[in-house]
Amino acid sequence: MKKIRGRLFLVLFLSVISFYLFLPSWPSLYDRVPESVRWLIPPRGVSLGLDLQGGIHLVLEVEEERAVEIAVDRAAKAMQDLLTDKDIAFDKIERVSNLQVQLDLSKDGTVEETAELVRDEFPSYFQVSLDGRTLVVELLGSEVDRIKNAAINQALETIRNRIDQFGVTEPLLQRQGRKELVIQLPGVKDPERAKSLIQDTALLEFKMLDEDNQPGLGLPLQVQRSEESTIREKFADKVPEGSEILFESVPDPKGGVPVFSRPYLVRQGAVLTGDVLQDARVNYTEFSEVYVGVTFDSKGAKEFGRITSANVGKFMAIVLDGTVYSAPRINEPILGGRAQITGNFTTDEANDLAIVLRAGALPAPMKTIQDLTVGPSLGQDSIEKGLKTTLIAGVIVLIFMVFYYRMSGMIADAALVLNLLCLLGALSGLNATLTLPGIAGIILTIGMGVDSNILIFERIREELRQGRPVRLAVDAGYDKAFLTIVDSHVTTLITGLALFLFGTGPIKGFAVTLCLGIAINLFTALIGTKVVFDLINRRKLERLSI
Amino acid sequence: MLEIVGKTNIDFMGKRHVAFGVSGLLVLLGLLALVQIGTGAANLGIDFAGGTAVQLKFENEIGLEQARQALGKHGLHEAELQEFTQDHKLLIRVKTEGTLEQKIAERIVEVFEQEFSHNKFVVDSSTEIGPTIGYRLQQDALLAITISLIGIILYVATRFELRFGVAAAIATFHDVLAVLGIYYLLDKEITLLVVTALLTLAGYSLTDSVVVFDRIRENLRARRRETILNIINAGINQVLTRTLITTLTVVLVLVPLTLFGGEVLHDFSLALLMGVIVGTYSSVFVASPLLLVWPGGKGRLLSRGA
Repeated sequence: MKKIRGRLFLVLFLSVISFYLFLPSWPSLYDRVPESVRWLIPPRGVSLGLDLQGGIHLVLEVEEERAVEIAVDRAAKAMQDLLTDKDIAFDKIERVSNLQVQLDLSKDGTVEETAELVRDEFPSYFQVSLDGRTLVVELLGSEVDRIKNAAINQALETIRNRIDQFGVTEPLLQRQGRKELVIQLPGVKDPERAKSLIQDTALLEFKMLDEDNQPGLGLPLQVQRSEESTIREKFADKVPEGSEILFESVPDPKGGVPVFSRPYLVRQGAVLTGDVLQDARVNYTEFSEVYVGVTFDSKGAKEFGRITSANVGKFMAIVLDGTVYSAPRINEPILGGRAQITGNFTTDEANDLAIVLRAGALPAPMKTIQDLTVGPSLGQDSIEKGLKTTLIAGVIVLIFMVFYYRMSGMIADAALVLNLLCLLGALSGLNATLTLPGIAGIILTIGMGVDSNILIFERIREELRQGRPVRLAVDAGYDKAFLTIVDSHVTTLITGLALFLFGTGPIKGFAVTLCLGIAINLFTALIGTKVVFDLINRRKLERLSI
Repeated sequence: MLEIVGKTNIDFMGKRHVAFGVSGLLVLLGLLALVQIGTGAANLGIDFAGGTAVQLKFENEIGLEQARQALGKHGLHEAELQEFTQDHKLLIRVKTEGTLEQKIAERIVEVFEQEFSHNKFVVDSSTEIGPTIGYRLQQDALLAITISLIGIILYVATRFELRFGVAAAIATFHDVLAVLGIYYLLDKEITLLVVTALLTLAGYSLTDSVVVFDRIRENLRARRRETILNIINAGINQVLTRTLITTLTVVLVLVPLTLFGGEVLHDFSLALLMGVIVGTYSSVFVASPLLLVWPGGKGRLLSRGA
C-alpha cells in the first residue's frame, strides 16, 4: 500500500506547512514560541483590513488656490512659447496676482496683435487692461471653479494610484466636503512613510543651472541643513532676476541622516516637467548604487533631446518638490528618452520615488487636517458578535455532519478543518489582507467543501444501496462524484479568476480567498478524505458507517 | 443510514410553467430594482451614494453597541460607526436621505444629547462625504462580472453543451436579480456588504446548477432510450438528497448569523440566506427546465426531441 503512504504523507506535510505559515497570524500562540527559534518562523502573517481592525485615518485638504496659481503659471509659460513662435518680442510674461498674467512687450504696436492671439489661443482668459506695451489678462471665474474641482478629483485619482502601488489592500478613499479627502489605510506598519508617499507633491522639474552668475555670487560650497533659509535671505538681493537658490542634500560621509546642503543657483522656469514621464523604475548602477530610471513619453523624449542638444556642456538640475536631487553635466545630447535620477537613496526611498513619479504629480500641495488612529469600520462590537455566531454555527454544522453521516461525517469534519487550516496558511503565507468580503469568500468555499463531501457520500450510499461491497462502493462513489466536483469547482474558479483579474478593492479581496479556497477544496475533497477511506478499507470492512 | 428523503420520483419538469411564471416575476422585480439603482432612485448605501460624516468627541468612553442602539432607536439604523483610539472620539457616517440633507447631522447630535446626557460631547466636525465606491470601482466590478459570465458560459459549453452554459448563466443571474428585487421591495439599503453577498450567492447558485447538470449529463449517456423530460426529472430526483442536505447545512450557518450576528451583519446574512433558498429552487426549477426551451437544432448531448 505504498500509494496510500505517499498521499498520507502529502496531506500531513501540507497541514504542517499550513500551520507553520499560519503561526505568525495568531499572536497569542506566536508569542509563546521561544525567542531562540522565532527566527525560523515567518515574521508576517495575515493582516486584517480596515473593516476588521482599523488603521490610520487621514484627512487632507487640497490647497486649491495653489492649483489655480499653478495653472495660471503654466498658461503664462504657454503664452511665452506662443509669442516666441509668432516672433513677437517681449520683455517679460508672468503671473502678477492669483489669476492675472501680465505680458510686457518689447515693441510698440504689437500689443493689439498679441491681445488677439491670446484671445484666440486662451479662451479661458479675458482681457483686463491694455495700454502701450502691456497687456493684462485674467482667468475666468467659471474656469477657476473648474480647475479647483479638477484638482480635487485628480488628487483623489493620483493618491489612489499611489496607494494601490504601495501595496496597501483595500484602503478607503473618500471625498469629504468640498476640498477634503479622507484616507484610511489598514494596518500600515510605517505611518510616516505612508503619509509622505501620499502627500509628496512629486513635482519633477528639470532646470538649468545659472552658470553665468553662480561664480560671481560667492555661494558657499556646503552649509548646515538648518542654515538653508539664512543663506536664502543673505543672498536674496544678489540673486539675479529669473534665478533662484535651491539646495541639494549632501550625505554625511559617515552615513546616516544628511546634515549638509549644497546650494545651487538655478534658473527659474523648468525646461521640462514630470508630466511627460511614461515610466519610472528602480535600478542599480554597476557600483550597486540605487537610482530611479525614468522614461519619457514620445513628446517628452523629443523635448528632452532638443534641450540636451542645445545645452551640451552645461549643467542641468533634477529638482523634485523644490529640492535638487542631482545636477549632472550634459556630456552629449540624450536622444533615447531616458534619464537617471541619482541621489543618495535607500532602496525604500527609491521605490517610493518611483511610485510617486509613476502615479503622477499632485495638482496642488495637500495640507493635513487630521491624522488619527481609527477603529474598525464595521465596529468592534459587531465583529465580535459575528465571530461568535459564526463559530457556533460552524460547530452546529460539524455536529450535523456527524449526526447524519456518522463516522464518515467525522472524516468530512476533519477535512473541513484541514481545509480551513490550509486556506489560512496560504493567506498567511501570501501576507494577504483579510476583509469582510474575504471572509465571505471563505464561507463560500467552506460551504463548497461541505457540499463536496455530501456529494461523495450520497454517491457512496447509492452504490451501497445497490449492494456493492464497501470498498468498491467507496471507489465508485469517488469516481462518479469526481467530475461533478471538478466541474462545479472550475466554474466557480473561473468566476473567481475574472473577479481577481478585473475587479478592484473589495471585489478583489473576495476573489483571492475564493480562488485559493477552491484549489484547496479540490485537494482535500478528492485526495484528503479518500486517503482516510482507503486506510479504513485496508481492514476489509463489511459495513461502512456513513 | 439516516436519510431525510428516500428515493423520490417527483415530476419537477411538469411544474415548469408555474416555475417560469414565478421566476419571471422575480426577474422583472430584479430588473426594476436594477433600473432604480441605475437612476439612483433605489435605497443605495453610503458606500455608493455618499452621505454625511459627523465626528463627536466625548468626555468619557462610549460603547459602540449603546451608540448603535441609540441611533437605531431614532431611526438611524444604517449608521456606520467607527471609533478613534484616542480621546473617546466617534465617527458616524450616515447616508443622506433626500430632503433631510441638512438636518441629519443635527439629528445625530440630538440623539446623543438625549441618550447620553451624562456623557458630554463636542462636535469635532460635520461634513458631506462622497461615495467610497466611486465610479471607477463600479465600472471595474461590472467588467469583472461580465467577463466571468462569459467565462462560465464558455467552460460549461465545452464541458457540456452551449445550452447548459447559457442555462447556468441565466439561472445564476436569476438568483442575483431575485434577491436584489426582494431587497428592493423590502426597501433594504444596498450596501457593499449586500453586493458581496450577491457575489457569494452567485458562486453558490452556479455550483448548484452544475451539480444537477452533471447528473443529467450522466443520465443522458446511460439512458439512451428515455425522453429528455424523464431524464432531467430523474437527474433532479437523484441529487435531491444532496441538494437538500447542502442547503440545510448552509441554512444552519446563516439562520443564527441572521438572527444573532448583530445589526451590521444582518443584511449580509439575510441576503445570503434568501440567495441560498432561491439558488436551490433555481437549480431545480429554472436551470434544468431551461434546457428544454432552447430553440433550434439539437446538440451533442440532447440529440433527441423532448
